[in-house]
Amino acid sequence: MKTSLLAADARTKKRNAAEARFKAYGFAAIIVAMLALLILLTSVLGNGMSSFRQTYIALDVALPEEKLDKSGVRDLSVMSKVTTIGYAPILRNALLDALAAQGIETELSDKDIGNMISKEAAATVRNKVLANPDLVGQTVSFDVLASGRIDGYFKGRVTMESAALDGNTSPEALMIAQALADAGVIETKFNWNFFVWPDASDQRPEAAGLGVAILGSLYMMIVVLVLALPIGVASSIYLEEFAPKNRWTDLIEVNISNLAAVPSIVYGILGLAIFINFMEFNQSSPLVGGLVLTLMTLPTIIISTRAALKSVPPSIRDAALGVGASKMQSVFHHVLPLAAPGILTGTIIGLAQALGETAPLLLIGMVAFVREYPAAYTPDAGLFGEASTALPVQVFNWTQRSDPAFVERASGAIITLLVFLLIMNAVAIYLRRRFERRW
Amino acid sequence: MQSLTLPFIAIAGLAVLGYFLAKSRALQVSEGDIRKLVSLPSQHALNAVLATIVPAVAAILLISLYVRLTDGTGSWFFQFVVIGLAVTGLALSLIGIKTETRARTFAERWILGLLIFASTIAILTTIGIVFSMLFETFNFFGQYDWRDFFFSTNWSPNFRGNSDLGIIPLLWGTLYISFIALAFAVPVGLFAAIYLSEYAGPRMRSVAKPAIEVLAGIPTIVYGLFALITVGPFLRDYFAAPMGFGQSASSVMTAGLVMGVMLIPFVSSLSDDIINAVPQAMRDGSLGLGATKSETIRQVVVPAALPGIVGAVLLAASRAIGETMIVVLGAGAAARLSLNPFEAMTTVTVKIVSQLTGDTDFASPETLVAFALGLTLFVITLGLNVLALYIVRKYREQYE
Repeated sequence: MKTSLLAADARTKKRNAAEARFKAYGFAAIIVAMLALLILLTSVLGNGMSSFRQTYIALDVALPEEKLDKSGVRDLSVMSKVTTIGYAPILRNALLDALAAQGIETELSDKDIGNMISKEAAATVRNKVLANPDLVGQTVSFDVLASGRIDGYFKGRVTMESAALDGNTSPEALMIAQALADAGVIETKFNWNFFVWPDASDQRPEAAGLGVAILGSLYMMIVVLVLALPIGVASSIYLEEFAPKNRWTDLIEVNISNLAAVPSIVYGILGLAIFINFMEFNQSSPLVGGLVLTLMTLPTIIISTRAALKSVPPSIRDAALGVGASKMQSVFHHVLPLAAPGILTGTIIGLAQALGETAPLLLIGMVAFVREYPAAYTPDAGLFGEASTALPVQVFNWTQRSDPAFVERASGAIITLLVFLLIMNAVAIYLRRRFERRW
Repeated sequence: MQSLTLPFIAIAGLAVLGYFLAKSRALQVSEGDIRKLVSLPSQHALNAVLATIVPAVAAILLISLYVRLTDGTGSWFFQFVVIGLAVTGLALSLIGIKTETRARTFAERWILGLLIFASTIAILTTIGIVFSMLFETFNFFGQYDWRDFFFSTNWSPNFRGNSDLGIIPLLWGTLYISFIALAFAVPVGLFAAIYLSEYAGPRMRSVAKPAIEVLAGIPTIVYGLFALITVGPFLRDYFAAPMGFGQSASSVMTAGLVMGVMLIPFVSSLSDDIINAVPQAMRDGSLGLGATKSETIRQVVVPAALPGIVGAVLLAASRAIGETMIVVLGAGAAARLSLNPFEAMTTVTVKIVSQLTGDTDFASPETLVAFALGLTLFVITLGLNVLALYIVRKYREQYE
């Protein structure tokens, strides 16, 4: 049997093939992971980008005095007795006038045409009139919200076929909408209100916004920052710089690493039992949410702070002690400032985690439907005590609604949340790059 | 809450007052020459401030707790006690100012006390978690037989009473979903870690590593939405329905796969650390004997890293079992004992959420069962974590 070192024998070929296969598995695993990320992001972006645009109808609305203010004295208490039900026909007439002006003819009943305008629009117009009673009697231009189905038509969510099966709209209505859009009356433009308006009821997805959720999340982040940062830093300083090595500190250490791995929903149960049932803080308040998230974030902050303290070389401490500083002074005057960038980075990452956390907030009642902007302080409810919701919880809330328009809203909210997280993480990376010192 | 405003304002005022009084008194006892003082005037001032604030605030916390426990209401007496403590602390620290007083040491004792208090909050949290669930779990077992809870195979809560609250179908769903998630995440994560640490060049590493870590930074609600609107309908239309497995978009498979994606970075970054900790000498020895790279990895590196990898998998399993939002949105709500992975099932966490949201009555077993479920979940994940941390720590010592 002839063998040559240059020609690979069967066994070598087999081994080389196994080598190539193994490498390919590894490469495939990376591709799978990257692909998963790509699909995830495109799915969310593809579903949610349209929520940043909204369809509006430009209407010249005549505000007749005999309907809105019979007395004619512009007394607000009398005028506010006209509810949104009184305003709806005024808007419908304005739309009918617009149709007539464009020369669009239709067999649709007036009621169905009125349904092309969002139910929220009447409330918007009413608020504007009540804020400025002099508008009554004039003809004023308003950009009013189109209904969710019309909005969906311009975003491709509603088609002629689906409208034919839909009780809330009809192909004729879509045709009118198209004609109005061609005439420039209906316009789809950037939806700033998505970030400002509060949540809206099941029937008016077009008016649902993130205002309350963003405010609630902001309040909770303030609570978390104010509590978790000092407590986390203090406890890390003790454990890293002062604690004697004994059973008690061992117990604390094991405890912290275990707390970091406790499922988040368990913190929700803790919040429900301790903060709401026992301490009787207000349900669904940012205060309780912030406290729960603080307890969740503490282990993250402690672990990163300890790493930052550990990276400060002992020579710094020795030098401070050598010129007569006490142990406490060496830590607070020298070690802590040097560790600050690391601590800050860890804190921001902890906050980002807290911002995206949902499960514990469900249990403390933040799923409630909240339309009032929560105040930071009221004498009745105390600091951060008013009912509120939070960004990730708002997403969950919207996924539970039946109208498919809310899926778009939920994805839009996710994009908003991800943008916030991106900014926080970018700041953390920047701080690390800018201020990190290597000894 | 109202009754706390006055004490807080009083304490803050006294602290500010103490700062200036202590400073001027220190200067006064030094007769204008601060070199006579053992401690600087600012340290006397700090001591006075801390002596005013710390005991009074501690008293407020203790009294609030006492008032809660006894169902009483805060009275003027408590306010008096709190403000009295603040005044006493201030007065004592002011009287104590002499040239030879070691104010720095005293001030630092207060600070050390605060540091120790901060570090016990971790312990208090754990105690809080255990007790908040233990208490209500006992209430639950007072109303519902524990044997039925642990061994009944039927879960059908009924708010009019007479519910079947067996944990087995929930545990089954939890374990089934976690199993699928791990079956997906462990090979992918492990191979990704091996490729990144053994094969990939620096450029590949600099792209792939952050990309995988981005997966770890995405909130679980995003994964949940992904399962609900993309993965669920996709699996139903292309796998479950054509193959006759069912018509449900939310299924064990949906939740399992998405959870698997979530766990990839978890498995890969932990295994990456562990593989990198295997000494280079072991690889060199194997390569020197003529083994190919893959043979070295399979027969030397991975066996050496195995305990650590097992630890990583256990940690990932505890994550999977405790995960909530993905299963709430992706797995469904029907408690079922079935083998079909395309059927909707439910988990312990989903039921905790559903029993504790909406109208809850903390006297009925249907609500209280959530605490028993939570405690079970906590015990399982705690066991996995302790085991995993023990293995990882033990393994690390081996090569250090």
